[in-house]
Amino acid sequence: MKRRNLIGMALAMTGLSLVSACGGGGTSGGSAGSAAYSAGNTSVVNASEATGGTLNYGMTNTPDSLDPGNTYYAFMWNFSRLYASPLLTYNPVPGADGLKLVPDLATGLGQVSDNGLTWTYHIKSGMTLSDGEPITTAQIKYAVERGNFAKDVLPNGPSYFQQYLADPAKYQGPYKDKSPGGLSSIETPDDTTIVFHLAQPFADFDYLVTSPQTAPVPQSKDTGANYQSEPVASGPYMIKPGSFNPNTGVTLVKNPNWKQSDTPTVKQYADQINLTYNISGDDLDNRLLGGSMDLDAYGTGLQTAARAKVLNNATQKKNADAALSGFLWYFPINTQVIDNVDCRKAIEYAADKTLFQNAYGGAEAGGDIASTVLPPSVVGYQKFDDYEATTQPTGDLAKAKDELTKCGKPDGFSFNIAVRGDRPKEVQTAQALQQSLQKINVKTDILQYPTGDYGTSFAGSPQFMKDHNIGMNTYGWAADWPEGFGFLSQISDGRAIRSAGNSNMEMLNDPQVNQLLDQAAAAPDAGTRNGIYGQIDKIMMDQAVILPELYAKSLLYRNPSLTNVFVTEAYGMYDYTQIGKK
Amino acid sequence: MAAPLDMSSTEAQPESVVTGMGKAIEGRSLGQIAWLRLKRDRWAMAGAIVVVVLILGALASLVLDATGVLQPNTYHPDLIDATYGRPTGAFGGISWAHPLGVDPSNGRDLLARILVGSQFSLLIAAGSTLLSVVIGVALGLVAGFAGGWVDTLISWLMNVFLAFPLLLFAIALSGVVQQSAFGLSGNALHVAVLIFVIGFFNWPYIGRIVRGQTLSLREREFVEAARSLGARGGYILRRELLPNLFAPILVYTTLLIPTNILFEAALSFLGVGLHPPTPSWGGMLSDAVNNGSYSADPEYVLVPGIAIFITVMAFNLLGDGLRDALDPRAR
Repeated sequence: MKRRNLIGMALAMTGLSLVSACGGGGTSGGSAGSAAYSAGNTSVVNASEATGGTLNYGMTNTPDSLDPGNTYYAFMWNFSRLYASPLLTYNPVPGADGLKLVPDLATGLGQVSDNGLTWTYHIKSGMTLSDGEPITTAQIKYAVERGNFAKDVLPNGPSYFQQYLADPAKYQGPYKDKSPGGLSSIETPDDTTIVFHLAQPFADFDYLVTSPQTAPVPQSKDTGANYQSEPVASGPYMIKPGSFNPNTGVTLVKNPNWKQSDTPTVKQYADQINLTYNISGDDLDNRLLGGSMDLDAYGTGLQTAARAKVLNNATQKKNADAALSGFLWYFPINTQVIDNVDCRKAIEYAADKTLFQNAYGGAEAGGDIASTVLPPSVVGYQKFDDYEATTQPTGDLAKAKDELTKCGKPDGFSFNIAVRGDRPKEVQTAQALQQSLQKINVKTDILQYPTGDYGTSFAGSPQFMKDHNIGMNTYGWAADWPEGFGFLSQISDGRAIRSAGNSNMEMLNDPQVNQLLDQAAAAPDAGTRNGIYGQIDKIMMDQAVILPELYAKSLLYRNPSLTNVFVTEAYGMYDYTQIGKK
Repeated sequence: MAAPLDMSSTEAQPESVVTGMGKAIEGRSLGQIAWLRLKRDRWAMAGAIVVVVLILGALASLVLDATGVLQPNTYHPDLIDATYGRPTGAFGGISWAHPLGVDPSNGRDLLARILVGSQFSLLIAAGSTLLSVVIGVALGLVAGFAGGWVDTLISWLMNVFLAFPLLLFAIALSGVVQQSAFGLSGNALHVAVLIFVIGFFNWPYIGRIVRGQTLSLREREFVEAARSLGARGGYILRRELLPNLFAPILVYTTLLIPTNILFEAALSFLGVGLHPPTPSWGGMLSDAVNNGSYSADPEYVLVPGIAIFITVMAFNLLGDGLRDALDPRAR
């Protein structure tokens, strides 16, 4: 449950997720809308069945890989569905309904056995890959094996299947282990059936098979790390042979063997899709606003200059969407360093949250002030506000001082704040926090560390944090799947604390939280699970182990000539599987 | 350098004879001549005046900061438009209260930050220059004068230092020394570390110049004369060689200061300088660039950029003028 767009966030980033989700609103089923500011959050802008045309997508650097089994970028999980169909995917509609799972290659959601250990999927028959081979579940089994068990060849993607599938023989992956049977815990009794055997019950398994790692890969065509240059396509598009260049981009053309009935949720409107890499941020924004580019594929939104321009121009503003990204910007409060809960509560009350919002670019492009750990676009979110974050966003100094007195330190205390020094927005939020805490006589010094090792050796090392008296640090988090377990488990489970690369930076080890997480993993009923996520969120806020800053937003821009554009809450950016061109 | 630069020398008489009408003819020292030449160089004088103004400004800001007139770290959220997180008004929200505008997102006064930042920029540049000059002159003199294996050793050391990846070392060191060390903490420690990093690794440049000059000077007649009169090494170094090296050292020092200002800015730009919220010019520049705020409002690069430009330019003009004045043939 590592942050999926780790590198995307390193760019000046704001998030995107659905504004409408807070109110539970959003027209379900994707009612047609016309171009208006943030209309893409709640409706399908320019709904149309028109076909033809070329889509031009750009991005400021390059994807980690086009190989569906070797990527961890949020936008790639969204984009790869055009040429690599997973078993399940997200309902292609705006609003909260977009978080529901629908079949892609499969015929329906997974069937789970009574003990919760066996998940069975059936795929449609008669589907064909771009090279003419019929699609079989053996190809899907092979894809899961190569994506999860061969990290030396395909290092980028997550290894959830390795984590949850039974694997008593310690399978070494298809490149090392040439035995015909492969991984014993995935069975393919016939060409349209695939059975996964788990080591322990995992109620969220359906979310795992939305990963591009379940898109079929024929073993005979697999070229390992080079597979990304011409992956065999199962979706409506395929990579145009010879068009891939790791520095300049790639072209997708129609996959002649695909039928709409194969993957009913994904559309084939445009004739061609060009994805151009390595355009500088401001240049890309100018091309977007000028109309020669259709979308920023990365999905992290406009840069500072273009944001100001767009928000001040009524014509351009109606082509923009301020979308929640599913990201939470927050400060973990290290319980090892600040061990008294009342002291931590004093920090919660004292912080001026409007300064955080300003640092990230304001209410429109930066995000909404957060009062919970789960963002509104994550299934399981429950609205509550323990520390007046939304009612008194500039902070409540009187309450903060009360808490300080309760904590036994009425004259304040001191600690250090760690930040990623090369991220000015985080440095600014740390300074804003420092400024707020000064008012209750809590003294802080800001220590800067490089982003590269921040999550492993600095903020991710409990010993380092303790040795340097670092009580808080800047951080951001998003789930790999938009559901409470995916979001919470790594940052709240006391058993997930590691000596390096630790994500539970609060060092929270609450038996009740640990137990609730186990219950959620085993609970077959979604309603029960969602209730548990809300409970965990509440406990974390009661313990004041996290100072939430913002539910991050991105200011996305859509070319007015695009059709069927809307924000999918699942990825916090436009749904790339539906877009066409007028 | 035809003769020892002796302040009481009367060698300069021929020049002053021309202006002798109606006034008593007086001898001028080389120092006075150099000063006259410098005064005639308008660019150098302009540079000198700017340098003096900068130093006075930094000293004044020290007082103003301490008395609370300047508030470089005070937030003014009321000046920020919450919709965009940007100051209301053009050019960073310039107003009478904030003549250079305010920071994006938090509304800190840019003028106050530039002024307080000048203290640190100048202090670090001057301190590190002094350190380089002291080490460089001492080792350069010894190497040039002693020759032999001492010269070989010191020259080798200089080459090692010159080949050292200074920026990487600076980044590493600033990352390691974070909290308190050597009995220092906070800004005092960070300033000391920066002075050490910049100064300690720049001495070979001046060291080589001094060594070269010493090599040529030690064979001169006046050194021979001193030696034949029984002067020892230490005396010759201090009383015969060092005074003759005064001019190149002074010139080089003035030219080293702007280099070090830029170096400090570069380090702050990379985030290894002073800790926030302490303002520094390089840090302000880095914020503007990394934040992308410059592309929305060029104000944020222009203000620290122009401050660095003016300072570097002034020191360079002054240094060039000094070189011309002290050693006219070196043009």
